[in-house]
Amino acid sequence: MIGRPSVPRSGWHAATVVAKTPETRTAARLVLEVEGWPGNAAGQHLDVRLTAPDGYTATRSYSIASSGPATGDATRVVLAVDRVPDGEVSPYLVDDAREGDRLEVHGPLGAFFVWAPDAAAEVSGAAAADTVTDAPAVDAPADDPRPVQLIAGGSGVVPLVAMAQAHADADDPTPFRLLYSVRTPDDVYFAAELERLRAASAPFELDLVYTRTTPDGWPLPPGRVTRDALAAAVIPATEAPRIFVCGSTGFVERVASWLIELGHDARDIRTERFGGT
Amino acid sequence: MSFVTRGFGGRSRDRDERLPPGQTLVHDFPVLSAGPTPEVDTAEWSFTIVTEAGTHRWSWDEFQALPAEDIATDIHCVTHWSKLGTSWRGVSLDTLFEDVESQFDYVMAHSFGGYTTNVPLDELLDGQAWIATEFDGEPLDPEHGGPARLLVPHLYFWKSAKWVRSLVMMPRDDPGFWEQNGYHIHGDPWQEERYW
Repeated sequence: MIGRPSVPRSGWHAATVVAKTPETRTAARLVLEVEGWPGNAAGQHLDVRLTAPDGYTATRSYSIASSGPATGDATRVVLAVDRVPDGEVSPYLVDDAREGDRLEVHGPLGAFFVWAPDAAAEVSGAAAADTVTDAPAVDAPADDPRPVQLIAGGSGVVPLVAMAQAHADADDPTPFRLLYSVRTPDDVYFAAELERLRAASAPFELDLVYTRTTPDGWPLPPGRVTRDALAAAVIPATEAPRIFVCGSTGFVERVASWLIELGHDARDIRTERFGGT
Repeated sequence: MSFVTRGFGGRSRDRDERLPPGQTLVHDFPVLSAGPTPEVDTAEWSFTIVTEAGTHRWSWDEFQALPAEDIATDIHCVTHWSKLGTSWRGVSLDTLFEDVESQFDYVMAHSFGGYTTNVPLDELLDGQAWIATEFDGEPLDPEHGGPARLLVPHLYFWKSAKWVRSLVMMPRDDPGFWEQNGYHIHGDPWQEERYW
């Protein structure tokens, strides 16, 4: 059996909403203080469980926008939740939850869609899922870090923000680039944080694509990411970037198939798609 | 440890008894994959069962000539969605294992694209699992695992490996891809065997 990336073991935890702010017109940012949280790697997710007075429960998965080790009795975890029309948990979190409310979380979850500054080589060992019986994957030497390309559609940026923030916090020299497709300027998640990441010393480039409305003076008309736009805005295949793609199923399917056409190795592309409600 | 969350009422009280704990009914068909969808050409496709004694292999045409069954079943994803009454068509693993002899009790399913998942052999036989090539009367969409996927509906759906290409017998229950990346080694939705 090959090594497992060093992520903490998951479990149920009681959490308290300690801050809640609007993120976009349809999304809220929630800061949770999670009792006994073991810390999490950038890119991981958690389950939120809500219980009604009669015992009825509803559980959904959300990506975590923050990362880091456990910090004592309770650790802060940041979520950014988009209100799903006809949803059940997201409308509660976006519209009804307020500071002081308590809910349950299970996590941290997922050890594949993760990035860590000092564990990039180790984490890549899991990339080739056929290493269970085949020869182990050969990792890039630590002094030759492969660049990282992040590609987000809409709220899919949440786990990628965690990765970019971890990269900046570690002042990691790995080149990072984020291609972020959003409907309008008002739909950008973590806008201020992304600007700060741009200014941080860790190398980080941001390419925004607006699909419905652009800011004033934007050089391009609004429109979806095309194959050509993708080719222009992602680190080329010759540099063998590790690629993380997160968004709706349609977005991820389109982008991932174009990346293959552009010469990227399928094993370098990790995806996360919104599923269910 | 459960406690009530203030202000949460929930949406529905007529919970369907076919839903395992922690699951929510969906009517669409979400897609969850760890990487890009591989393009698999049926002209190049083959399916193998590998044992300590040798390899059993079927080409696409040979596979199509095997007796197929219609399967009506509920499916349950670890990410909390379930779909009830789905219809599939495929070849039972009882048929495929008819002439296969092995001393080993565990199976690793391997997929085009490199995905793996482990299942005990006795959970694949006796009408519990198929290699499915149709969904809802149509050839299986590549996003959902076409041209052929493993279908083990009594376990969480990550065990139903998309783009399956081989089943390899093994002496121990070694973990597959998601089982190494945080998911439960077994994955029974009625026991909520989601995570390790």
